[in-house]
Amino acid sequence: MNAIAPIDNARGFLRAAEAMPVPAWAEGLRAAGRAALAARGLPNRRVEAFKYTDLAPLAQMTFTRPEGGRAAPALGAPRGRARLLFVDGVLRGDLSTLPVRPLSEVAAVLGELTDPMNQPLAALNAAFAEAGMVLEVPAGEDAGLVELLSIVTDEAGPIAFHPRHVIRLGAGARLTLLESAEGPDHLAYLHNPVFEIALAEGAVLTHVRLQREGRAAFFLSSVHAAIGARATYDNFTLQAGARLARNEIHAALQGPQGACHMNGAQLLGEGQHADTTTSLHHAAPECTSRQTYKTVLRGRARGVFQGKILVSREAQRTDGYQMNQALLLSEEAEMDSKPQLEIYADDVKCSHGATIGALDPDQLFYLRARGIPQEQARAMLVEAFLAEALEGLADPLCRAVLEEALQQWWRQPA
Amino acid sequence: MPAVTETIETVQSVTEGGYKWGFTTDIETEFAPKGLNEDIIRFISRKKEEPEWLLEWRLKAFAIWQKMEEPRWAAVRYPPINYQDAYYYAAPKTKAKPKSLDEVDPELLRTYEKLGIPLREQAILAGVEGAGEVPAEGRAPVAVDAVFDSVSVATTFKERLEKEGIIFCSISEAVQKHPELVRQYLGSVVPQGDNFFAALNSAVFTDGSFVYIPKGVRCPMELSTYFRINAKSTGQFERTLIIADAGSYVSYLEGCTAPMRDEHQLHAAVVELIALEDATIKYSTVQNWYPGDAEGRGGIYNFVTKRGLCRGARSKISWTQVETGSAITWKYPSCILQGDESVGEFYSVAITNNRQQADTGTKMFHIGRNTRSTIVSKGISAGRGQNTYRGLVRISPKAHGARNFTQCDSLLIGNECGAHTVPYIENRCLTAKVEHEATTSRIAEDQLFYCRQRGLSEEEAVGLIVNGFCREVLKELPMEFAVEAQKLLAISLEGSVG
Amino acid sequence: MSIMLQIEGLRAAVEGREILRGIDLTVPKGEVHAIMGPNGSGKSTLAYVLAGREGYEVTAGRVTFEGQDLLAMEPEQRAAAGVFLAFQYPVELPGVGNANFLRTALNAQRRARGEPELDAMQFLKEARARMKLLGMPEEMLKRGVNVGFSGGEKKRNEVLQMALLSPRLAILDETDSGLDIDALKIVADGVNALRGPEFSALVITHYQRLLNHIVPDRVHVLVGGRIIRSGGPELALELEQRGYGQVAA
Repeated sequence: MNAIAPIDNARGFLRAAEAMPVPAWAEGLRAAGRAALAARGLPNRRVEAFKYTDLAPLAQMTFTRPEGGRAAPALGAPRGRARLLFVDGVLRGDLSTLPVRPLSEVAAVLGELTDPMNQPLAALNAAFAEAGMVLEVPAGEDAGLVELLSIVTDEAGPIAFHPRHVIRLGAGARLTLLESAEGPDHLAYLHNPVFEIALAEGAVLTHVRLQREGRAAFFLSSVHAAIGARATYDNFTLQAGARLARNEIHAALQGPQGACHMNGAQLLGEGQHADTTTSLHHAAPECTSRQTYKTVLRGRARGVFQGKILVSREAQRTDGYQMNQALLLSEEAEMDSKPQLEIYADDVKCSHGATIGALDPDQLFYLRARGIPQEQARAMLVEAFLAEALEGLADPLCRAVLEEALQQWWRQPA
Repeated sequence: MPAVTETIETVQSVTEGGYKWGFTTDIETEFAPKGLNEDIIRFISRKKEEPEWLLEWRLKAFAIWQKMEEPRWAAVRYPPINYQDAYYYAAPKTKAKPKSLDEVDPELLRTYEKLGIPLREQAILAGVEGAGEVPAEGRAPVAVDAVFDSVSVATTFKERLEKEGIIFCSISEAVQKHPELVRQYLGSVVPQGDNFFAALNSAVFTDGSFVYIPKGVRCPMELSTYFRINAKSTGQFERTLIIADAGSYVSYLEGCTAPMRDEHQLHAAVVELIALEDATIKYSTVQNWYPGDAEGRGGIYNFVTKRGLCRGARSKISWTQVETGSAITWKYPSCILQGDESVGEFYSVAITNNRQQADTGTKMFHIGRNTRSTIVSKGISAGRGQNTYRGLVRISPKAHGARNFTQCDSLLIGNECGAHTVPYIENRCLTAKVEHEATTSRIAEDQLFYCRQRGLSEEEAVGLIVNGFCREVLKELPMEFAVEAQKLLAISLEGSVG
Repeated sequence: MSIMLQIEGLRAAVEGREILRGIDLTVPKGEVHAIMGPNGSGKSTLAYVLAGREGYEVTAGRVTFEGQDLLAMEPEQRAAAGVFLAFQYPVELPGVGNANFLRTALNAQRRARGEPELDAMQFLKEARARMKLLGMPEEMLKRGVNVGFSGGEKKRNEVLQMALLSPRLAILDETDSGLDIDALKIVADGVNALRGPEFSALVITHYQRLLNHIVPDRVHVLVGGRIIRSGGPELALELEQRGYGQVAA
């Protein structure tokens, strides 16, 4: 159904990938990535999955390989138990408080959850796979909160970096990952992380992401999660940065009674385009999934949400729900939404909803009639609109970080 | 010009249980040779004594079609169609153009009888002068433009409609008698190159209905047409054009059944609706063509393009469809809401049982200010059926105050079927509001048990619950259709439980 | 006797259709005036025009509130000046907590008047006390504003807001519609509690029964966008007995 037409536009990327030294552990992954790039290129709007987000302009860009290593940005104390830091696209063991483990240690499972031929973001990442975070939590352990930061400084050139992060939780293990990515507004860089996440029986991963890349940056990201029996994957993503952002989540509920929560907010202003695309596969019975995505658009911004729930024949007693809502705050904003249900089991409860609209003038008037000034009233309604997406987030620290980020966004000019 | 092959085909009636309208009729048919090329198109056009411009129009469509690829994006699967291995013209053999109903082949009338058309137009079709003028049994009058294979053979209620200035005839007749209207509007909503099947239709359409409702006229009866596919390997390429002039109203019913066949049969109709200022067009369909047998053999491929243009302010186009038949259904009755405050509606029930596949939905293009659209889709999957709702709501930047509400519900019966929902929602207007909801569920055990405890069989219970599930759509159907549609739902789901 | 609200020759249109066709009305300080009229007479339009709702176009006339030009003010400025509208259909605000909303509104008004803002504790104390008087359960503070409230609860919430914001002019737009007798008394008690030399009210109603509980100083009959008669409280009873048609004729 999603036949991808051949597009030959990734030659620049291919040349750059071929020019890199190849460590033995990365050979297979890199080759698969290059093959997919050569065969499929960077998708344009004729590719159904990229109907609303054209990656072809990326092909016109020239990026350099990160050299990094010099800048040492001032950071506060780690918010959690440990911190891992990328500066200008390079993983900095010297600035991290968590021992850096090389990807070679998990070479056997690299690429296990991705399908480069049909996932262009993963293909691009694979072709350049070099560094990443490896987090393995043994069965029964609670690893607490770990921070993953990516900071691009003024000193970085037009770099492209493609970290590959591997997270594996043993049976009953727990982890909260607070991830943050930022950079300066004037730099046209590309950040394309891929997460490969495997949760064994009863494991719980809370994954909170703050995307605040510079306004000229490209942010491509894909999360691939395999969720075991009675395990829980909880993803919250805030997208507020980048000129072009595409956030893909591919999650599979592979064991009975697993749970997947995917929530997020896209806060966009002038000239920004952000896309959240989720694909959730209910492959086992009695699993639960919940998705709430909210988009707020100011200026000439464009928001995209695509969300698919696939329920396999064996996934009886599935309970799936998805809601995506967008608020248009300017005449020039545009929102495109494509929720999707594909269901092959009969004993299921699945629903999705979507709304796109402006602030309700009746609500606004009610607030103003009570003496609340127009701007404050608008802020209250926007905050209320976003609140629902934050509801499921229990971790108070993550919540505080997100709420602060929301307020900061609202205060800055569109 | 190629030689005209005259064949008399005697087709034996193949009737199995399960499809009560599985039969064929024995009528002389005049065929053009198999295959599709410019000569065939010239043949069709000459046969229908068409003006030069229409031939040119067809040839242009054919040229476009040849460069197009068959769409593959729909969630339906079928073996490749050999377009050169089909007849593109088949007409029931008559002495001449039927001047009155007396000249109609009695076999045809028996066909309608077997079809159980719930209308007293049997008598009218049989040619009894004035029989249709007095509604019997309190039923509202219905005018029928009966289409048998490709040529319209009988049109009733002519006088009554003529009094109002309403034109209701076959499109071939309209080409002869009202060329200015046909030329102005044909292809104005669905252009020749719109899509693969519409291009094919534009090149080879043989017949269909034409309706024109003059300014300010409320059509005094439901207009109705019944289609059948009856000649072996004959694709049907109906073309319907309905124009509602300013302030007028018309309700049009389309219903069809088809005889049982082993071979897949292609049907690629085009329906164009144009509503001018303050006009309303209500278009209702009950589609019950042969769906193929339990193993998926036979059955109609129903690849239809239906689109309405709300051209004038405050105009309204309402599509209601009950799709229970066909092996494959591919149709998206759509509305272009160009006039300010115009209204588009789409109410749909689609059932897929056994090996049936349906990929259906609608497109609502909001262009004018304060335009409104409502979409209610009910999909029911049983057996190994696959049912997809695919829809588009697009709000253009100038469609201030536009509103859309969409509700898509799917019901699964059994564990081997599939239900899919693929809406596309595109909003570029700050003051517009779009709402979409979709659910998927099955018939709850306790609902079934409750009904059975009260004495209903499981099948009756399913029929009852499914009818309840579809109520919002069925209530949009005109009375004559609503009863038939309810029966149809139950028949279509036979064998899906237990 | 100083004047709270003065309306002179007020004309207003909605979507190009003239609804108010020249209204003159003076409400002195300390007085409660009732505006009665049949459906479609322009009662709610008058309330919205006074509160400054968008889409209600004033085509002629002037309105002064304690000497200020009311029509020149934004809705929130009118509220801060002391104009309170109890809505006929209070809107739901999902995601906005009732307590947060009330405190934000109260503090916005206090700020606009140059008064110190209340902190969360002070506010809660105030709110709880008022709620107790109104017989409202405290959990209503935690719920979204008017979300899932019954008709009676919504009206009670309006009265709570009025009590907390202590306006100088309260406009009650058919606050009695759909209320049972107990709720009606709560609304009336809420208004009566505010009565005093620095408080005025415009009680808009279709029926006389609310006026048994809030006894007005004056009654005005609004028909076809004009005040066709004014009188004392006895006029309300006359209307109840004879109907609008008779009184209008």
